[in-house]
Amino acid sequence: MSYLIDGDTGPWEVVVGLEVHAQVSSKAKLFSGSATDFGAEPNSQVSLVDAAMPGMLPVINGYCVEQAVKTGLGLNAQINLHSVFERKNYFYADLPQGYQISQFLYPIVGEGTVTLDMDDGDQRHIGIERLHMEQDAGKSIHDQDPKRTLIDLNRSGVCLMEIVSKPDIRSPEEAGAFVRKLRSILRYLGTCDGNMEQGSMRADVNVSVRKAGEDYRTRTETKNVNSIRFIMQVIEVEAQRQVEVFEQGGEIIQETRLFDVARNETRAMRSKEFAHDYRYFPDPDLLPLNLDQAFVDQIKQTLPELPDQKKDRFISEFGLNPYDAQVLVQDQEAAVYFEQVATGRDGKQAANWVTSNLFGALNKLERSIADSPISAAHLGKLLDLQSDGTISGRIAKDVFELMLVGGGDPEQIVEEKGLKQITDTGAIEAAVDEVIAANPQQAQDVRDGNGKAIGWFVGQIMKATGGKANPGAVNQMLRDKLTSG
Amino acid sequence: MTQLNDLTITEASEKLAAGDISAVELAQSCLDAMDANRALNAFITETPDLALARAAASDQRRAKGALAEVGAGALDGIPVAIKDLYCTDGVLTTAASHILDGFVPPYESTVTANLLEAGTVMLGKTNLDEFAMGSANVTSHYGPVKNPWTLDDGKDRVPGGSSGGSASAVAGNLALGAIGTDTGGSIRQPASFSGIVGMKPTYGRCSRWGIVAFASSLDQPGPMTKTVRDAAIMLAGMAGHDPRDSTSAPVAVPDFAAAMTGDVRGMKIGIPKEYVIDGMPGEIEALWHKGADMFRDAGAEIVDISLPHTKYALPAYYIIAPAEASSNLARYDGVRYGLRVDGDSLDEMYSKTRAEGFGEEVRRRIMIGTYVLSAGYYDAYYVKAQKVRSRIAEDFTTAFTEVDAILTPTAPSAAFAIGEKMDDPLAMYLNDVFTVPSSMAGLPGISVPAGLSDEGLPLGLQLITRPFDEETLFRAAGVLERQAGFEAKPTGFGGETADLRTNGVLS
Repeated sequence: MSYLIDGDTGPWEVVVGLEVHAQVSSKAKLFSGSATDFGAEPNSQVSLVDAAMPGMLPVINGYCVEQAVKTGLGLNAQINLHSVFERKNYFYADLPQGYQISQFLYPIVGEGTVTLDMDDGDQRHIGIERLHMEQDAGKSIHDQDPKRTLIDLNRSGVCLMEIVSKPDIRSPEEAGAFVRKLRSILRYLGTCDGNMEQGSMRADVNVSVRKAGEDYRTRTETKNVNSIRFIMQVIEVEAQRQVEVFEQGGEIIQETRLFDVARNETRAMRSKEFAHDYRYFPDPDLLPLNLDQAFVDQIKQTLPELPDQKKDRFISEFGLNPYDAQVLVQDQEAAVYFEQVATGRDGKQAANWVTSNLFGALNKLERSIADSPISAAHLGKLLDLQSDGTISGRIAKDVFELMLVGGGDPEQIVEEKGLKQITDTGAIEAAVDEVIAANPQQAQDVRDGNGKAIGWFVGQIMKATGGKANPGAVNQMLRDKLTSG
Repeated sequence: MTQLNDLTITEASEKLAAGDISAVELAQSCLDAMDANRALNAFITETPDLALARAAASDQRRAKGALAEVGAGALDGIPVAIKDLYCTDGVLTTAASHILDGFVPPYESTVTANLLEAGTVMLGKTNLDEFAMGSANVTSHYGPVKNPWTLDDGKDRVPGGSSGGSASAVAGNLALGAIGTDTGGSIRQPASFSGIVGMKPTYGRCSRWGIVAFASSLDQPGPMTKTVRDAAIMLAGMAGHDPRDSTSAPVAVPDFAAAMTGDVRGMKIGIPKEYVIDGMPGEIEALWHKGADMFRDAGAEIVDISLPHTKYALPAYYIIAPAEASSNLARYDGVRYGLRVDGDSLDEMYSKTRAEGFGEEVRRRIMIGTYVLSAGYYDAYYVKAQKVRSRIAEDFTTAFTEVDAILTPTAPSAAFAIGEKMDDPLAMYLNDVFTVPSSMAGLPGISVPAGLSDEGLPLGLQLITRPFDEETLFRAAGVLERQAGFEAKPTGFGGETADLRTNGVLS
């Protein structure tokens, strides 16, 4: 379904491109050996290079280069064997060098594609324009002192990958799906932890609107949006704003905007805040980055199975429908969990248990799959107990609840709580006879042909046996006793 | 009567080895000369205590037979002066700029660390043009440096720049040797003006780590000494691959002094016709011809060559160097170290700090550099200048298919009086006309004192060789030095020739 804004002059299409800044998961910074741990004491992870002391020089961190190449390969993108670090010059108190070392004309990764599975079952292909490496700046803290701004340089020099999409995104939902998919790929690759709340991922959101069939109109760029929800909100409110401007006869100017979360609106930054001429030029302290194909091929060998490939395999190997498969592969740990449960068992049944029961329960508990109280091995065992008839489906759900609370081996729980399904016909018959004897009127109803009443009897007998009676056996026996006579 | 501070490194090294003198005596002799010649303003910071302590440590090493390994201890105990562009651990480092007020680095540059490892004794930090931007050492926040060479016209001469303090210190026998940095001629031109040897190695031969950056793609450390052999010995103690500088070359350091065989028979020396420039004094051209004759006399072959893009080198240099400088100097913002002039906003703090902290020439180059990198001008200036730079490098590559070394004048004039050319930046920039092309190509070059001007001031000739062929450079320079037989000494500086301390060692 296309996302259109209904204006007074008719429908408007939204055109979105994202620039996602993803922090490379590396122990050391891009051009210095300083640590990159989140949450460290301010200015405790700052080297002479990060603080731009006189005479200090950057030296490229080879690990970061590998991660960028790996990410490029994961985005099905062109790897550029020749790339160049340039200086992006501007003054700011948390930018010690007075320039950011970035890549401009020659990025390390060129065009690629990310495939999105939309909720309506459609697939969308979003083009990747480029990926380049750059240094992060430090942090300016304005709210800890009434008169002064405090500077924390811990982030100064941390390696970021800026991943730029083509303007292929057409709705807030697609933008959300794009960022989720990108995050999923990065996490599979292990090149970025994707923790937006820690600032490991953030996005600049480029938005424009247009009438059907038109060329692109002027876009605005809303900077530093740090959650998927906010990215989607920015697109909604900014597109709406632009439509209103156009319909009132105004023009959109290309500008940098900020998202005001509290007021749910975007605001233009003061012109001074973005009126930069960055004066890019190749950083003379660094040689051009020249990679050989063997280096790239070697990284290719280490690529894990990525979400799209895993999804295809889950469909073919476990007979899942595309939706379940897509849900299961989003998170690599969930996919691994599922696969452990499903291997050697009924894949669809495993998928049901994982996607509805387990995910639902984890959601309520606000826990991630990594600290699920139920291990994949135990969930698998539970499925086995159900499929071999040891317990009924209903009892299985009860055991699942018990496992959620106390963990543990389902076999043991079934044993300890005496939950094994009663398949002994004698015991079932005794219970059936007892219930029929106690309820002569209802028994007569059944005999008189009221088929529905038999269900009531099943319920009563299950209740009497604590749910352990095999429901099939109960049903059969009731029919034998009440309708054949 | 020769004093210890008058010795060359080679001579002092021999005397130290023979036990005739101690490193402490040698250092003290230099410290006394520094004391007596403060009028030269060669040093921004003197480090006498550190010098004597290091000299004493050297004497102890010698006593224990544990001399530094570099050059078999040839530099152990040798007192040297360090251009104040090198960061020195615990010692004020200023780049001759107000903006680095009070900056004491907690680290030692690679080159000075190498020299320490070689056993040298730092006497102090020498004056220079602010941020190495200048050709006369008149832009220093700490005042101009005087050339020990004077005439009887009562005017003080500039020592050249930017390594003017180092040149003056060596020429005035305040130090046995010094280190400078050369971006477009900042070692070679002052060497020429001061009658000493100044050598710029191949770009990448020495590490730039810990040197206050001027123009990163051009800056290169080098020795400034009394003789060619001393330069070869010092360079061996400075050079080497440094993983902390990505532009430092992973090449071995040869025994440069050993390459000085004194034999240039069959060597082909190129004379580039484009180095004859308008307005060049006849005495410079005459000296150049004389230099060619000296090589011919020594058995070398003189070959006329062409370096067709030479005339574009200077304008291209004055685009590239300021462009890089404008960015390199952005870090001096008053936030973390050095001078801060408070303002009501961050921007005001920046502009007040930088307006007060940088001198006129530095501000000029920051503005030029900012301009040529600006949107709309970048292609016309910076990109074009880089293309010119490539053509210039190709010129040299082509020339070196025919010749082994190139001989040129070092500078288009002898030392001028302090105050001259101050109001004409273009005239000042012309000082680098012969040194800039090889800098742009990253080639090694050396200035050797080869004669006196008609007035009696020293003039140097420059030799240039292929990249990383410093051995040929030193071999040719050694022969030029021998053939030129430059013996003149500066006279009359500092009012007296220092105190006539007798130490019983020297005759």
